[in-house]
Amino acid sequence: MPTFFEKRQLVTPGDLLAEGDYIAGENAYKEGGKIYAARTGLVEYEEKKVSVVALRAFYIPKVGDTVIGTVVEVGFNGWTVDINSPYMAILRATEVLSRPFKPQKNDLTEVLDVGDLVVAKIVAYDRTHDPQLSVNEPGLGKITRGQIVKITPTKIPRVIGKKGSMISLIKQETGCHIILGHNGVILITGKSLEDEELAMIAIRKIDEESHTTGLTDRISQLIKKEKEKKGGSQE
Amino acid sequence: MSMVVRVKQKQIAQLIAKGKRLDGRGLRDYREIKVEQGIIEKAEGSARVLLGKTEVMAGVKIETGEPFPDTPNEGVLTVNAELVPLASPTFEPGPPDENSIELARVVDRGIRESKAIDVEKLCISPGKKVFVIFVDIYVLNHDGNLIDASALAALAALLNTKMFTYEIEEDEVKIKPGYTSLPLRKHPIAVTLAKINDNLVVDPWLEEEQIMDARITITVDDDGNICALQKGGSGYFTPKQVFEAVQIAREKADELRKKLGW
Amino acid sequence: MSQKPEKLIDKKGLRLDGRKPDELRPIKIEVGALSNADGSAYIEQGKNKILAAVYGPKEVHPKHMALPDRMVLRCRYHMAPFSVQERKSPAPSRREIELSKVIREAVEPAIFMEYYPRTAIDVFVEVLQADGSTRCASITAASLALADAGIPMRDLVAACSAGKVDDTIVLDLMDTEDKVGSADVPVAFMPNLGVITLLQMDGILTPEEFEKTVNLAIEGCRKIYALQKEALRSKYISVKEVEE
Repeated sequence: MPTFFEKRQLVTPGDLLAEGDYIAGENAYKEGGKIYAARTGLVEYEEKKVSVVALRAFYIPKVGDTVIGTVVEVGFNGWTVDINSPYMAILRATEVLSRPFKPQKNDLTEVLDVGDLVVAKIVAYDRTHDPQLSVNEPGLGKITRGQIVKITPTKIPRVIGKKGSMISLIKQETGCHIILGHNGVILITGKSLEDEELAMIAIRKIDEESHTTGLTDRISQLIKKEKEKKGGSQE
Repeated sequence: MSMVVRVKQKQIAQLIAKGKRLDGRGLRDYREIKVEQGIIEKAEGSARVLLGKTEVMAGVKIETGEPFPDTPNEGVLTVNAELVPLASPTFEPGPPDENSIELARVVDRGIRESKAIDVEKLCISPGKKVFVIFVDIYVLNHDGNLIDASALAALAALLNTKMFTYEIEEDEVKIKPGYTSLPLRKHPIAVTLAKINDNLVVDPWLEEEQIMDARITITVDDDGNICALQKGGSGYFTPKQVFEAVQIAREKADELRKKLGW
Repeated sequence: MSQKPEKLIDKKGLRLDGRKPDELRPIKIEVGALSNADGSAYIEQGKNKILAAVYGPKEVHPKHMALPDRMVLRCRYHMAPFSVQERKSPAPSRREIELSKVIREAVEPAIFMEYYPRTAIDVFVEVLQADGSTRCASITAASLALADAGIPMRDLVAACSAGKVDDTIVLDLMDTEDKVGSADVPVAFMPNLGVITLLQMDGILTPEEFEKTVNLAIEGCRKIYALQKEALRSKYISVKEVEE
């Protein structure tokens, strides 16, 4: 069964990836017994499946995902949250307030107002309804400090690295607490602005070069270099 | 609103695969066509076309005006179309939308490129004064295939058109009594085919249009030449289907011309 | 006012700009030139300079325009007032409205519209300088802008015109050839499925001439398709080369 590219080669929409008894995986489709790429990215050949790791895609909600979003509207019984997706998410008041709530008595803006950042979990989503959020878990809720970086959602696994190697490296070297939203939004909280900046530079570089090899080493070098620069200027 | 229910969609498509359509027509058959001319006395020319239940009226008004700078010896032709709100629940009042603009421009190209009107005969005073022909298409009932019905109505109205006669006295245009017909020398006919699951059907009616993948309109002149072509809809055609459609269009255009005595 | 040239093809069989009948104008394509748009592409083809940008998928406003089971595609083709010899009014002309429609219908078949229901994609095409066959260059750029935005597509759509000037069938008409020639046939093509998504004709041709013209335009589309792929790749490959 013929394949037409090498593993992890760059493909573009419409490229013929394979012919024969394969299934089309992510970002690929099958037509007339042939598998084609649907997005620009790196092709992955598995035993029976051909898929493409997209270099550029947008976030489509999935139940169970952790996301970081911005409140854009306060309604009668909940908030509308921008989760960096074509679909706006709804966070209902009942999912936030532990006590029963009366719309006239309680002012929702006191809990969350337009412009606030939240870390939440997607609890419901299907083709006919907007995604529903919940913050009913430890670690979820309003964000009060830190910096936000936005990257292409498909690159989050790259930021995590093999067995968490990349994200551990960054956390260690910068001393920052990092929350990765599946929607491509990342929250960095560090002891100082410089530490947070360092983590942001590293993450942005991963976003730009995610399709290359030897990235973990380069990121490690980059952080060391930047630290030296900062260290040098302090003397 | 006017969506075709899925069960009916399947029914229409299955029948077509067997070579028949819901109203009993064959894949290459036009619906019944009725053409009436001269119904609006205040217009210089007019016609009303019934294509099945699709009803289109066209009126021709003639004025005089300045020619275009790059064609100082030629008269001017302007085609406009209105999908008036009473013609369909899907037509909204307002300025012409993309559908009425596309319709007008396709009908215009068929008449213009076939050189149906001898525009040089419309010149009164070169560079200064020419006849301006306004063709206004008015869709009164939408039951599919507005392009073919509109093109027929426009041509029938032009064939019906009477222009005033004149003489030039001391650089002034003086109207003489009597009339002359519009100098029409070709009869371009627009034939639209819809593609439904790889089958080509001629003269799609409303529900066929709602389920088709795409349509193609080919305007053919009296000599079998193609003088306008427009693919419409968000589907596609293979090159082979395009050339097949052209062949079918040439046959149907001939048939229609004979039937209408043009 | 410019005068109409007597002959469009000279004794050596060359056109006004020195091209052979089956030759494309020089083409330059850049993907991702705009930072705000979700996807963008810039094309120069002969003297044509056209920018295409994509925003979306995003929520549909007004909400009642959304479709429950698929995306809505909106397209706006617009010419800058300084893009042509005689200043063009910024208000949308009838031609621009028709072209917005046919360009939308040319790229829509390439997109997997059912993937993201209740969303909209906006395609904006701005013609900065026009020199014939702008709708074709627009489609070429728009389909790259869609791919750049990460919209899942069946294939890229490449577009090219062919026509008849002075009894010769020629490829990729420039403005004078379009205005003075006897036929202009713009074609948009998806090479994988081998299907035509845009097809129009302005002029008069015999059926045999028409077939020749369409086939020549399709050949032009294939050549442009290869350039589109190269342009998409080079956006990413240049980073790779720096590191190695």
